[in-house]
Amino acid sequence: MRKHQRPPYLSIALISGAALAYEVLLMRLFSIIQWHHFSYMIIGLALLGYGFSGAIISVFQGWLLQRFTLVFLGSLLLFGLTSVAGFMAAQAMPFNAELILWDYHQVIYLLIIFLLLSLPFFFAASAICLAFMQYRQQVSRIYGWDLAGAGLGSLVVIGLLFVAFPQNALITVGAAGLVSLLVASVELGVKQYRSVSLILLVSTMVLSLLAVNLELNMSPYKSLPQTLRVDGTEVVEQDSSPFGLISIIDSRIVPFRHAPGLSLASTAEPLPQLGIFTDGDNMTVITKAAEDKSQLVYLDQLTSALPYHLADPASVLIVGAGGGTDILQALYHSNNNKTSAAIDAVELNPQLIEIVGSRYSKFNGDLFQHPGVQVYAGDVRGFLTQNQKKYDLIQISLMDAFNASASGLYALNEDYLYTIEALKHYLNHIVPGGILSLTRWIKMPPRDTLKLFATAVEALRQMGVENPSEGLILIRSWQTSTLLVKNGAFSSENIKNIREFSDERSFDVDFAAGFPLAEESYNQMAKPWFQEGTAALLSDKQDQYLDQYKFNLHPAIDDRPYFHHYTKWSSLPEMFKLRDRGGMSLIEWGYVVLVMTLIVAAVLSVILIALPLLALPRSSDKAKAAISKTRVILYFLAIGIAFLFMEIAFMQKFILFLHHPLYSFAVTLAAFLVFAGIGSYLSANMAHYYSRRNLLLGSVAGILLFGVSYIFLLDSLFIWISDTPILLKILLTVVLVAPLALLMGMPFPLALSSLADHAEALVPWAWGINGCASVISASLATLLAIHFGFSTVIMLALALYAGIVFVFPVPPRAVTS
Amino acid sequence: MKLLTTVAGMFSTLLIVISSGAGILAHAADLTEQARLEMVRNIEQDVRETSLELNKSELDPRVMKALSRVPRHEFVPADEKQNAYENRPLPIGHGQTISQPYIVAVMTDMLNLEPDSRVLELGTGSGYQAAILGELAGKVYTIEIVEPLGMQAKERLQRLGYDNVTTKVGDGYYGWEEHAPFDAIIVTAAASHIPPPLIKQLKPGGRMVIPVGSRFMMQQLLVVDKREDNKIVSKQVMPVVFVPVTGKH
Repeated sequence: MRKHQRPPYLSIALISGAALAYEVLLMRLFSIIQWHHFSYMIIGLALLGYGFSGAIISVFQGWLLQRFTLVFLGSLLLFGLTSVAGFMAAQAMPFNAELILWDYHQVIYLLIIFLLLSLPFFFAASAICLAFMQYRQQVSRIYGWDLAGAGLGSLVVIGLLFVAFPQNALITVGAAGLVSLLVASVELGVKQYRSVSLILLVSTMVLSLLAVNLELNMSPYKSLPQTLRVDGTEVVEQDSSPFGLISIIDSRIVPFRHAPGLSLASTAEPLPQLGIFTDGDNMTVITKAAEDKSQLVYLDQLTSALPYHLADPASVLIVGAGGGTDILQALYHSNNNKTSAAIDAVELNPQLIEIVGSRYSKFNGDLFQHPGVQVYAGDVRGFLTQNQKKYDLIQISLMDAFNASASGLYALNEDYLYTIEALKHYLNHIVPGGILSLTRWIKMPPRDTLKLFATAVEALRQMGVENPSEGLILIRSWQTSTLLVKNGAFSSENIKNIREFSDERSFDVDFAAGFPLAEESYNQMAKPWFQEGTAALLSDKQDQYLDQYKFNLHPAIDDRPYFHHYTKWSSLPEMFKLRDRGGMSLIEWGYVVLVMTLIVAAVLSVILIALPLLALPRSSDKAKAAISKTRVILYFLAIGIAFLFMEIAFMQKFILFLHHPLYSFAVTLAAFLVFAGIGSYLSANMAHYYSRRNLLLGSVAGILLFGVSYIFLLDSLFIWISDTPILLKILLTVVLVAPLALLMGMPFPLALSSLADHAEALVPWAWGINGCASVISASLATLLAIHFGFSTVIMLALALYAGIVFVFPVPPRAVTS
Repeated sequence: MKLLTTVAGMFSTLLIVISSGAGILAHAADLTEQARLEMVRNIEQDVRETSLELNKSELDPRVMKALSRVPRHEFVPADEKQNAYENRPLPIGHGQTISQPYIVAVMTDMLNLEPDSRVLELGTGSGYQAAILGELAGKVYTIEIVEPLGMQAKERLQRLGYDNVTTKVGDGYYGWEEHAPFDAIIVTAAASHIPPPLIKQLKPGGRMVIPVGSRFMMQQLLVVDKREDNKIVSKQVMPVVFVPVTGKH
């Protein structure tokens, strides 16, 4: 039929880009209205829409292909409408993540939500799959445009998020669906102009109607909606970027009095503040300019104030400028000590810098413009790599890597702030005698404080320090703990000051070498776990302690950057049993969600892959030359898993080069997809000169070559060229990703076009298998990375690539392909 | 004669209807009472099975009695009434919850209330905790910052006859100066730190209990004791018996 006409390449690229943009936006939107972990699960499962489309098309292929144009255009239209309508319906579900272990109805809501969100993916995937079947000779080229479109879509959506609120960007995605409908009707040479115009008109009206009514509905249990219930609170400003939705709140009747970790002995009250919420949670504050220095004394009553009592740092680096509280604390002490410290502050979110630094500078007394203060946009490790400064004090206070930004697409909990390599990096930028100060919230039972301590011990040991105990101090209030790591040993003078500081504020000293610990703590627990833990981690019984501790306290490394992963499988049964006896918070939700996503995806995939088999033609004599179905399953499963394994693992690896989580996500993902698309397209051209089998062998050989060399060489390469300007680094990233991605783009279309030639009924089935595999792959990759590291994920992917050579789906007899 | 039989018939019908109605109501009341007693039994069982960090295998019987008397179902919204006596937290609207009964029992027990105690509560919420406190203490003062919730709780507590509980709507940061000092203070409202004025309003020998964590997942209970010499000592208690290290160490 239309087999010799040009496939609707442009509309396919458009719909594919729109689908990826939809995925990124969903992540952003759900992180705002719900919490990041459940967003990950919901969206991960919604992607099964791809697998679902393969199953449906397998069963109804004859019927659908007869009406190709109608169904193709219809899918594009439905994508456009369901992307917005589906989200609005999903948002209306009274889903409350935290209730899930108390109330099983929540699971039903979750299922409905993921079904609603999977519809757009279903429609986009159906359109592409039908195109494969209709234009059998052009499978590789179609796939090339599909991937390239997705790659460009990822860049466009990130750019869009800088200028529009996510809910408005969603409308744009819906509109892109309608535009692709228009483009497709032109590309397919549709003559019924009036019908198409009418449909476009009506759907545009529907979309506009939806757009007008689209408002974000945050879960009532997030801190922002809760805060807004108090009389006299109002949102004075809202701004959005790929880093998050920022909301500035003024509370006129009941002021904000944010002072985390304030000493129990304190009589000071914080100054008036404006609240800053990111994605409706994680409140921090902008503090009103003090009229008198004494009004800031509360900043001296936090555990994070300790380093200022041991020395007068002349140069300070603050990690995470936020609302400026840490800067204020540094200035307060530098004024007190009559030194004028040079304070550098790094902040990841440029919008926050603009808000705190200029829009509200009158409120906070021009804090960021203070002569001693310099604020930089970016992440801390990139900042330290670019400039060679050394500091007297590096202050990292109540900070966690922010993963719900747009770069959180495949991210769950990666945190490069607290790995062993990170601590070494910070320590290398501290002058001899200088201090690294790390403050964290206390969790009960102790988890991250002890893990951080273990990380510091290991970092010091790896730097050649013989007695790490001499350079470590741990103090604690009931709420926060502060760990000091010195470039050197703490003197007895230091210890005296620490003791005084802590006693005055009812803080406990849990570790200080050669310091007799107090008999009675100010902040008691059932057992002195912090004292016992720190002592054990420095002793030769360290391994035994790590074994016996019911949470995972092994330090994180850059290859396995999961500082916030504490769950040990051996402890799960006990924690689960205790869940309604006060033990709910023992369970690490990120991990549980990850495992649940994987299990559900696997189960649903089995159904989606097996079901079409009932409808597909059985092997018969006539079909002796047909391709073995077992091969098809194995091949496409392997490819689906391996491709995403490589993509995810390398995206993380390149974070160690580009540092900035958003840049590395955007650049690496786009580069992977675009070049894989180019590779796919090229494989079509090259198929004129080489057999498919040879092309496959060649591409796999290339993948293995690049893959293996990257595992061994990338890390050293990154270090060697670490201090080049960011633009050059981006270029280099593209150059490094290009050849690997190009080759990776070939195995899928080569096999699919083989199927299109010899067993076309299997094409949608294979597409569905691939879709299911991608979903499983994402969570499986993270799970493996948590336990074994990203290098292992890459090696497994390479093993899978090596293996596909043996199950390449070609007919058994030698046939000229 | 016919009139008499008609009247007698109507009268007996009425009698039957009334008594069955009363029977039904009584049965319903019976059911809630049964559910309540079952809830208390479950809590006792939980405590017995996993004797708490405070080295107890049972909570103060007075506390358990209070839990068996307070009609929890009156404190939850209509659509949650069937879950009122389940051992789980429930949403009560306005983004708030009523705590899991087990946690309420543990927290109340920790307050060590006497019949003449003066208690301050920050975060009235549904008013359930205040009612429990009212059963045990002499005078209860409770503050809620969200107006509709506070008014609802006030009306509810009055209707149920808790005369020793005084409710107000407002900012609890400065405590309730005019009724200070307090033998016990319970703070269920979220805050980034413990307001210093509250510590001041605690009597020497008094105790403050503060649940820490999210609405549905409490992480720990902070118990702040003010010694007779005014020294402040805090204890972090997990409401669950979970020792983070296996074996001896």
